[in-house]
This record gives sequence, C-alpha cells and structure tokens, in this order.
Amino acid sequence: MEQKFSTVIVPKTKLLDFHFKEVLKYRDLVFLLVRRNFVSQYKQTILGPLWALIQPLLTTIVFTVVFGRLAGLAADGVPSFLFFMSGNIAWHYFSSCLTQTANTFTGNAGILGKVYFPRIVMPISTVLTNLISFSIQFVMFLVLLAIYWAKGAVQPTWYALMLPALLLQMAMLSLGVGIIISSLTTKYRDLKMLIGFGVQLWMYGTPVAYDIGIVPQRFMDVYMLNPMTPIINTFRTAFLGLGSFDLLHYLISWGVTILILFLGLLLFNRVEKTFMDTV
Amino acid sequence: MEELAIKIEHVSKQYRLGAIGGGSLKGDLQSWWARKRGKEDPNSKIGARTDIKTGEKFLALDDINLEIKKGEALGIIGHNGAGKSTLLKLLSRVTAPTTGTIGINGRIASMLEVGTGFHPELTGRENIYMNGAILGMTKKEIDSKIEEIIDFSEVRQFIDTPVKRYSSGMYVKLAFSVAAHLDSEIMIMDEVLAVGDMAFQKKCLTKMREAADQEGRTVLYVSHNMNTIRQLCDRCVVMDHGHIIFDGGVEEAIALYMGFNRENYSNHIFINPNMRDPNWPSPEVTIEEIKLDTPNGYIQFGERLVFSLRVQSRLDRDADVFVRVMIKTAAGSPITMSAVDSPITIPSNGETTKEFELNTSLLIPASYYLSFVLYEIGNIGADNNLDVLRDICSVTVISSDSFNNGMAWNPQWWGNISIGALKRGE
Repeated sequence: MEQKFSTVIVPKTKLLDFHFKEVLKYRDLVFLLVRRNFVSQYKQTILGPLWALIQPLLTTIVFTVVFGRLAGLAADGVPSFLFFMSGNIAWHYFSSCLTQTANTFTGNAGILGKVYFPRIVMPISTVLTNLISFSIQFVMFLVLLAIYWAKGAVQPTWYALMLPALLLQMAMLSLGVGIIISSLTTKYRDLKMLIGFGVQLWMYGTPVAYDIGIVPQRFMDVYMLNPMTPIINTFRTAFLGLGSFDLLHYLISWGVTILILFLGLLLFNRVEKTFMDTV
Repeated sequence: MEELAIKIEHVSKQYRLGAIGGGSLKGDLQSWWARKRGKEDPNSKIGARTDIKTGEKFLALDDINLEIKKGEALGIIGHNGAGKSTLLKLLSRVTAPTTGTIGINGRIASMLEVGTGFHPELTGRENIYMNGAILGMTKKEIDSKIEEIIDFSEVRQFIDTPVKRYSSGMYVKLAFSVAAHLDSEIMIMDEVLAVGDMAFQKKCLTKMREAADQEGRTVLYVSHNMNTIRQLCDRCVVMDHGHIIFDGGVEEAIALYMGFNRENYSNHIFINPNMRDPNWPSPEVTIEEIKLDTPNGYIQFGERLVFSLRVQSRLDRDADVFVRVMIKTAAGSPITMSAVDSPITIPSNGETTKEFELNTSLLIPASYYLSFVLYEIGNIGADNNLDVLRDICSVTVISSDSFNNGMAWNPQWWGNISIGALKRGE
C-alpha cells in the first residue's frame, strides 16, 4: 500500500515553480521580518526612525548645493530643493531595496542554513521594510510640497494617483535585479564588490541629480531604456508638474521590469534549493 | 500497517571536492582558460594531490534508505563526517538531495543549532515570535503558547531584554523551548543540548520523550553523547561514510559505534608504540603484551577476569612498578579502577610476565573497555606514570540466569554495578 506524504522532497525542480500559496502561509513570518528589520535598524540610536528623515534630507541638501547651485543641473521652474528631494527619495527606495535584496543569501546564511522556509520570503520582507522608510520620507516630502504649493511655486497633477503603481514597479524592479545578483553572489562574491559602484553608476544614468533636459536628444532612445528613468520622470510630473507624462516609455519600462523580475525568479528558482552548498 | 512519518528512498547527496569554484569569477575563468589550453590550473594548491581533480565527486550520502514510523524516537550516531548532519539538512529542506526522494508526513521543527534565527537586538519575547515564525508557526499559534514557552525556558526574568545580553545557556533554553512547543509532527535535533545545564538537559529529554510517547510525535536526534541517546531513543541508526551500517536496538548500535568490532576480536594483544597514550610516548618500562584468559573476550556475570602482562624494562636499575586497570563502559563513562597493592620488581634491562586477577564480578552484563597503567611511586609518595594504554582491549560480561532475577537491567537508571540482592533483616 502506498502511503501519501504531505511533503515530498525531490532533487530537481521544474524551470519555474513558484509556490505562491506557501508564501501566503508564511505571511506572519514576512511581517515579523519586516518588523525585525525595521526595529533592529534603529535600536540603540538616540534619534531612532528620525534617521530615515535625516539621511535623505542631508543628501538633498548636498545635491541642491553641488548639482543645483554649483553645476546648475536642476530643472527650471520648480524649487530645486523639491526637485532633488523627489528624485532622491524615489531613488533611495529603489537602491536600498536593491542592495539589501542582493545581500539576502549571503547575509542570512545563518538562518537559511538551518531551517526551511520559502526563501523568497527574505527579499519580499526587505522590499516591504524599505516601504516603511519610504513612507516616512514621503510624508516629509508631502509636507514640504504642501508648503511650496501654498506659495504657488509648484503645481502637482492628477498623475500623483499613479504613486502606488510607481512604487510597485520600483519594488518589482529592485527585487528582480536584487535576486539576480544574490543568486549569482552565492557562488561569485565579485558582484558584491561591484554592487555599490554599480548602483551609483545607475543613479547617474537616471535623472536623479540632474534634469533630463541636459541629455542630448540622440541618446534619448537608449537612455529611456533604463526602466528607472520613466519612473523618476513620472514621479516628478506627478508631484512637481514637471514635463509631461510619456506613456510609450512608461510602458517600455514596465516591460523591462517584468522581464528582469521574471529572469530573477527563474534564476532564484534554480539556486534556491542548493545554494546552501556553495554559499 | 503502521503509519510512516518519514520515508527515505535511495537518497544520495553529492558534493564536489576541492574548492567550489575559485570563490571569484576571475578565479573560475582563469581555471577554465588554463584547462582549455591543457595547462596546469593556476589556482590549484601547490602540492595538492593531483589524483583528486577539482570537481571530483564526493558522496556525503550514498543511497540511503530509511523508514521512520510515527511516534518513534530515532537516534543517529556516527563519527564526524559520517553524513548525519547532511541527512538532517536534507530532511529539514535546507538543501536538496542529488538523487532519490524523501517523503515526509507532517510539519518538521528542526533545531539544528542553538538560537537559529535569533536577532541579537530583539528581546527574548520578540525572538520567540521570530523563531516561531521561522519554524512555520503563525502569530496566533505563538500567542496561545507564549506563556508556556516562557515558563519552560526559565528565563522569564529576562524575557524583555535583548538576547545579545543573554548567556549562551539562556540562548539554548529559549531556542529549545520554542521548538519544543511547536505543533510539529516531527522534531529534528542536532546536538542542541550540549550547552544547557544538566537540569535543563534532563527537562528537555523528558519533554522529547513525552512528545514521542504521549503525543505521537516523531523525534530524530543526533548526538555524540551516548547517555542522552540511551535515555531518549528507542531505535538507533549508525552511519559511516555516507552509509547506514546499522539499524536497530540502541545498545547494539552504541556498542558498534564505540568500536566493538567482535569479528576482529583478539584476546592476545602485542603492544606497538602508537597504541600508547601520546603523553608518555617512549617510556622506559613498558607493557609489551596483554593476554586475557578468555578466548573471545566473554566472561560470565559474577566471574573474575584473569589476564597476564609482559613488562619490559630498559632501566639500568631494578624497577618497582605498580599496575592499575581502569574500567569504562562502551559509551566511555568510567566505572572503577583496580591497582596492585604491592610493587612488582622488574630486573634491570629485563622483562617479567605476571598473571593478575581483576574482580569483574560486580559488573552488569555489557561491554567494557579496559585501560592499563604502569606507574612508580616516587620519593614523596606521588605516583608517576610510566606507560599508559587507554581502552586497549574490551571484555563483554554476559548474563547468567540468576542475574537480577532474570529481569532486564536498565543501565541508564541503575548504573553498571550490581551489588547483589537486597537482603532482609532478621
């Protein structure tokens, strides 16, 4: 008589088998991990979560002075402080998701090497943790925006309602790139060295510290392939009323995002079961 | 048919020997390029054995088949590198097997190491939630058990302190308590109890025993501590080089593991220098030969063991030496020792063969290791070891009909010495 087993462990996995139901079962773990990440980040600091505000504030001030005043790269017609801050907080969300996801496997080898839970839980919780930091920063941004708006210096548009879609896309993109890197770094640590530099380079390839207007027209088609560019642009259109919404490039950027995420999941799925042997 | 908790079929786990990759992309590319051109790999270690090529396969587990019934407490023993931990890793799904399938019925709580998933900055209470969730509990389940967990862990006083301030003992207690209260059908433990104090170890063993006996949970326990294996398990597997070499009763398994290889048994041992305790590497007075007066190492319960020693001296004076015999259980716990009461004189640069009688009549039926020590008494009355032979031979005491009125003897509760029946007063 054959007996039924609740779990059957077999060596090879299908090209893509993603147990969404299993992840749902572990949702409490996701929330606890988010809480843990967030709480432990600010333990034994005096200012606590205020640091989430201070960091982008300082960067924005530096950007305003260096890129705005000295280099004159800010867009015309909007307060340069708001201009840089909008780019900054969006980029900061993306980049911290990316770098932290990229370290998922190597950084948590301790836990992952001892117990089983769906591995994807880790990067998902990272993305959610950063969403909290982003929300804090975004509230600060909204306050400043309201002040400037009251003075009539900026004019937000209805595109602001697209914010959830923008956030989702950034989360998916950073998750995709992050798990590609983390899947590869289980074997090759080189990429870990590159990632800090790579993210910085990517930032300069995205209109964060300058206005898109300075990019020469002939490079525009290539430039727009960077999925982060339309995201930042749309973000600025939405809240600062800068430029106009570019549907074509926005859709292309979604296409690239989905492709990268799909590739990431594919790779993740390949290494998930045995990465502990090489990490 | 009894219900199975785990069924392992033809499972192998393969690792590649040597470094897995060069550790860097550049290193791997270099090696690959060198191999392409038929040159020597610049990343191979100098003087490394050339017969083991990098990438050669190594089977940590080799075609393992094992069925574990529901409610069974199974011990897994074996020397380091035998494949025990690999097996547990496969069962807890940390890594996947290379071939074969494993069927598991129910949820697994694995406690492979102390405080897995504890975050040092979080408090004990927060970590209970964290750890529970990692093991697959929902928040609700933990809520309903948290008081029980804290009570069991004995660290209530510190439960709201970050665990980075905990002692390692407190860490284990907390970690064990979480896993023990998980509603899992299968519990996997790998040497977790090594850090806790004796009282807590005992409590844990009792808890696990209860889990197996009353709640019908299946326990898999890996340890090098034979006493805990004996107390907890009702079946035991011995692993060696990726194979299961024995599957059956606990006492037989332990005896096998401790090196009682009856097939090569000899009652006549010639000592060669590497059998000596390395702390006394080249003694001047040595035991050269041990002969037990029992053909295959068996003695009846109540009998005494007669043996003879051939002792050689390279001293230029007559030496007055003493002989001490130490008796240990198969699991390595010392039982007792016995020494001669007057010295034996060995002529200068000569040798003597002497017969001795060891009172083994109180030893209960089991296997024992014997160690021999030659020593002198110095000027100030202290003993001075000349030659030390540890666990050099073994004897097995076999039961007689009268032993313990024909009832089984439980060494884990009653020890290894029988002092006879309890006599009534007149």
